[in-house]
Amino acid sequence: MSHSSAGPEHFHAQARSALGDPQLRQNFRGAMDYLQDKRKSAFFDPVEEAQLRDLSAAIRQRCLSKLPQLLEQLEANCTRNGIEVHWAENDKEANDIIASIAQRHNAKSIVKGKSMVSEEIELNHEMAKLGIECLESDMGEYIVQLDGDKPSHIIMPAIHKNKQEVSDTFALHLDDFEPTVDVDELIQTGRSHLRQKFHDADIGLSGVNFAVAETGTLCLVENEGNGRMCTTVPKVHIAITGIEKVVEFLADVPPLFNVLTRSATGQAVTTYFNMISSPRKNGELDGPLEVHLVLLDNGRSQAYQDEEMRKTLQCIRCGACMNHCPVYTRVGGHAYGTVYPGPIGQIISPHIMGLEKTKDLVTASSLCGACGEVCPVRIPIPEMLQRLRTHAKNPPKADIMPLKGQASGASTLESWVMKGFVLAATSPKIYHSATWSLSKLNAFMPNHIGPWTQCRTSPKPADKTLHQLIKIRHKKKSDKP
Amino acid sequence: MSATDPSILAKSAMLSRLRDAKPQAMAKENLRYPVWQDNDKQLQQQRFMAGLSANHAEVICISSLAIADTIEKVLINQQCKHVILGSACDHTACDNVSYACRKGEFYPQILEGTRDINVLVFDTDVDEIKSTLFNDIDAGITHSLAGIADTGTLVLWPDRAEPRTLSLIPPCHIALIKRSAIVSNFAELMAEKAWQQQMPTNIVLISGPSKTADIQQTLAYGAHGPRQLVVILIEDM
Ligand code: SF4
Repeated sequence: MSHSSAGPEHFHAQARSALGDPQLRQNFRGAMDYLQDKRKSAFFDPVEEAQLRDLSAAIRQRCLSKLPQLLEQLEANCTRNGIEVHWAENDKEANDIIASIAQRHNAKSIVKGKSMVSEEIELNHEMAKLGIECLESDMGEYIVQLDGDKPSHIIMPAIHKNKQEVSDTFALHLDDFEPTVDVDELIQTGRSHLRQKFHDADIGLSGVNFAVAETGTLCLVENEGNGRMCTTVPKVHIAITGIEKVVEFLADVPPLFNVLTRSATGQAVTTYFNMISSPRKNGELDGPLEVHLVLLDNGRSQAYQDEEMRKTLQCIRCGACMNHCPVYTRVGGHAYGTVYPGPIGQIISPHIMGLEKTKDLVTASSLCGACGEVCPVRIPIPEMLQRLRTHAKNPPKADIMPLKGQASGASTLESWVMKGFVLAATSPKIYHSATWSLSKLNAFMPNHIGPWTQCRTSPKPADKTLHQLIKIRHKKKSDKP
Repeated sequence: MSATDPSILAKSAMLSRLRDAKPQAMAKENLRYPVWQDNDKQLQQQRFMAGLSANHAEVICISSLAIADTIEKVLINQQCKHVILGSACDHTACDNVSYACRKGEFYPQILEGTRDINVLVFDTDVDEIKSTLFNDIDAGITHSLAGIADTGTLVLWPDRAEPRTLSLIPPCHIALIKRSAIVSNFAELMAEKAWQQQMPTNIVLISGPSKTADIQQTLAYGAHGPRQLVVILIEDM
């Protein structure tokens, strides 16, 4: 069954249908409880946790503060190492770059490690149009791809499915698969189906966790080994990353890696940490002959414009904010209709897709603060959501660059109501007569006022206004002997 | 590339937008990195072994006299019939790096330990042995450059003598590591050996056999890389 959604514009409908799906809710509940527990035990010492998060946040802020220089330094060092660097403004340009590399090699197949950026540019779809098959090799992504679906979590793409559902998917799509709910057998099925693909693929594609400017090194974090397969076995390796992933020094990597694995899955370390600094050198016997790096903007430079919004780009994609978000836990990743779901998706998607499409998303938060409390790089997500809500409703102030889709959520009724309220609240005469008439008219208050009364009783104004009550009390006091 | 190459246009547009934001470059922060550290060699070794074992690797501690015998036993245990080895290191590739490369140090013992089974030596372009490597080989044997005690991690520095796929494609990876190569943590290793001065084609940190929890958060081993990781720790001090 595909859970895919039509897009963030339809968040309300998608959330409603997710809420009505008990199986989906149970799958998410179980998974989120598990991930929350794992993270908690990985950070058992609160003092150490605080120090580590301060350091990680500071590293990311410093690197962003030098982003233009670091990108140039990264390019220079990669080029020196023999890695070819490409720059892409948007999804189309990125796809063109990858297509032209593929066509130059007459490639028919691309085998992919996990890369959310490749989801962002809809690479699989675009390559299919050119007759190039893209195969996901991360187990979760592979399952999701068989379903014709999209990932619902950035770390655990198939988190919305249980083992029975995975077995059903395999039974539907793979010949000679004997249905089973034994997870080892399911994984072995995936393994054997993908082995030949690694062997045959013309190109391997991966994301990047950290790109080190100092040395021109691409770092990849993973457990399965498919990332190593994609970046080692095919003749060509293409890495694609958002421009924000660059770090200044090699020494910035260990603390970020540490905090990433512990926040994401509660692991002290992942099985593999892969550092790639060049294509195969003379005399070496394996590894790709060409390595390409595609640097993608796609709205990131908009987030960069403003110092507060820039913090969005500190993200190291650990997924902890979604694992702890009460909204995500209940509606799941697909309801958001965006590549990045959950709290991080709510603050990055407006820059990628514009506020026209994402104005509902920024309201899908209780502002409970859990996301900000767990974020290993201390991104103040709730504050940023409030900022984005304001931008969705109000036109930009002079001399500040407008956001894409700014004010697209403005409503004339709402703005008149607010104006009226300001007027009433600042003029005692209007205020008193308004509250007085409300207290007289309370019997006429309707029992249903839109979504507000779906799970609440309708508010009834009191018989007397606060001012009246205080007057009465004063009078009683002075009447006393 | 021509001057109108879209990538060049994109680059200048992207960089100029970023510069327009007039970011104030921040200095390097002066914060402590709270990471496990202990100079006690015994404690380091314990932590290293505990980390690897917790991640499902098998760790065998031996003296350097027992290498050949141990390899032989491991191969029998794992029912390996075909094994792939690197070639003896000629050290030309390592001369550039500020590392006392010990690759090939135990090559004679490895050859001795594998004398009774089929051995393929990885000394040609991977294309020539790719199918064999994928389909017929049961185990790959490598040296390790270093060990990280904090997380129980092996550090491999693949090169001509020990190519990258040696530790990746066969279902079992047997790694030799010397006790003296274990350090406290990753940051220390990088700093001590000044990695930033020169990075090789590839460095890979390995902390157990390949695994995944992608199906209903249930841990399963042998996702795409080796199902078994056997670490032979040689007590050299
Ligand atoms: S915003 Fe923070 S918690 Fe969320 S994915 Fe990014 S780094 Fe992790």
